[in-house]
Amino acid sequence: MTSRQEDTRYVEEAGTTKDLQNPSYFQHHGNRKKMLKLINFVLLAAGSLMILSPLWWMLSTSLKTMAEVMSFPPTFFPESWNWSNYIRTWEAAPFTQYTINTLVITTLVVIGNVLSNSFIAYGFAKIPFKGRNVLFAIVLATMMIPGFVTLIPQYVLFAKLGWVNTYYPLIVPAFFGSAFNIFLLRQFYMTIPNELIEAAKMEGASHFYIWRKIGLPLTKPAIATVAIFSFNGAWNDFLGPLLYLNDENLYTLQIGLQVFKGQLNTQWNYLMAGSLLVLLPVIIIFFFFQKYFIQGINLQSGGK
Amino acid sequence: MAKPKSTMRRKETMYGYIFVMPWIIGFLAFTAGPLLFSLFASFTNYNITSQMDFVGAENYQGLFTEDGLFWTSLWNTLYYVLFSVPLTTMGAIFLSALLNQDVPGIRVFRTLYYLPAVLSGVGVYLLWMQLLDPGTGMINLILGWVGIDGPNWLFDPAWTKPSLIFMKLWSVGGAMLLYLASMQGVSKTLYEAAAIDGANTFRQFFHITLPMITPVIFFDVVTSLIGGFQIFQEAYVMSSNGEGGPANSLLFYNLYMWRQAFENFNMGYAMAMSWILFIIVFILTMINLKLAPRWVHYEGGDNR
Repeated sequence: MTSRQEDTRYVEEAGTTKDLQNPSYFQHHGNRKKMLKLINFVLLAAGSLMILSPLWWMLSTSLKTMAEVMSFPPTFFPESWNWSNYIRTWEAAPFTQYTINTLVITTLVVIGNVLSNSFIAYGFAKIPFKGRNVLFAIVLATMMIPGFVTLIPQYVLFAKLGWVNTYYPLIVPAFFGSAFNIFLLRQFYMTIPNELIEAAKMEGASHFYIWRKIGLPLTKPAIATVAIFSFNGAWNDFLGPLLYLNDENLYTLQIGLQVFKGQLNTQWNYLMAGSLLVLLPVIIIFFFFQKYFIQGINLQSGGK
Repeated sequence: MAKPKSTMRRKETMYGYIFVMPWIIGFLAFTAGPLLFSLFASFTNYNITSQMDFVGAENYQGLFTEDGLFWTSLWNTLYYVLFSVPLTTMGAIFLSALLNQDVPGIRVFRTLYYLPAVLSGVGVYLLWMQLLDPGTGMINLILGWVGIDGPNWLFDPAWTKPSLIFMKLWSVGGAMLLYLASMQGVSKTLYEAAAIDGANTFRQFFHITLPMITPVIFFDVVTSLIGGFQIFQEAYVMSSNGEGGPANSLLFYNLYMWRQAFENFNMGYAMAMSWILFIIVFILTMINLKLAPRWVHYEGGDNR
């Protein structure tokens, strides 16, 4: 780091054109910048190791024998790579059934979210109607309600409908829109020029037609974002399945993993193998569709 | 167009309501209806099966005066919010400042730091239970390298909540991207002007970057405050099926509410709890909104 004295010197120097014309001023400044960049790089590299080490530890532990897991001090690299741990984990619990169940729920939730939120957001973004602003304010306000306030009475509702121990409570609400996704898609719709919609209307197109033929195709990137967020949400959902599913045949991967944990206690190698298998689809999707995650973030911050 | 204007407008209004109808139905059925029911039931001894007698404010009174676990759970939750919100906010801002530089491999760094934020659910909780395991875990192994005798983490009532906060910090990448997007939106000319005036990197950060991203800081603080009060899954999974950890140190508000609602079926009592939480979150959000004009900087004038 440079001293404070030097800093003040810059302040004094920079005011005069003579000093700015002096090449050594910029050169010195450049060195300081380079130094900061180096520190920046080193910090980032060290931080990356910290961020990644838990994931490495998960893989490493999943490949160890139980004897090695319990040995002290623990090892960073497994002595032998026991890939068979994965097969034994998969066979130790009905993970295939859990996976199919999770896929069924996740697929339907994604479809419901994409269709309903795109449709609703079009209404909020592109159709001027009386009461729109009030309704949209309510949409945003619902984001503030703590989930448990509605969770308990919702459970009562679904219990009275006879939906406990079915997938309905997990899937049906997805078809009625959610505040966050409506907000996200509305942000994106706002970037489509109104003239385009007006022109289509002049041609005699109805809003349904415009939504289907113009809205959906033009908002594809935002829809991908909503789809991926919904996938993640449904895949990782623990609370919903925990509350509504009692029958083991209906369990999702999250609940299955929790039950598995109860059975295995501290057999960390199998537990880590199971955890990694459950997390793997999310990791793969993340690496392939990163830009849609980032898109979602940009849409969020754009609205602030 | 030959049609009179008012007919057009009426038609637009009709279309508008058709498009937002799914949300209106969902809002009434899954949010507003349940909210009203819950408000009413919180003044009864409702137990979902046999009884629903009006008991006045008995539930609320009981919570405040007779229920020690209510206060324990409220204190645990406040502790968690008080530490996790400032730490994650500062962590995310610091990280995004580092990632907003032009250093080699910056794209890879951004991806790596974001990765943990997309991972959630039981797999991640199991991973952290293993990382924090005093004997076989990675954290105490690494602490041992630098001569620190690590604590018993999830087995020591004093360290259970810090454990969860560490885990939260691992996934700070989500908020980081939000800040990064906002930092990249800050006009380059502001920095150039500051550089000519001799402001160094740190001054530029505190006098330009930080004020310019205050709207996102505000958004982040409000949402993570609301989220922090609702901590549930981590504690449920990491304290063997929601037992609440050693000395009830992980008995968070929602966990206790869950127990009352779905284990003891004291539904009326639990709904009273949920309304108290709602009121706390609401008041804090209002305070945030009130304080915002004092420190949140909106481009193009204040109080937008």
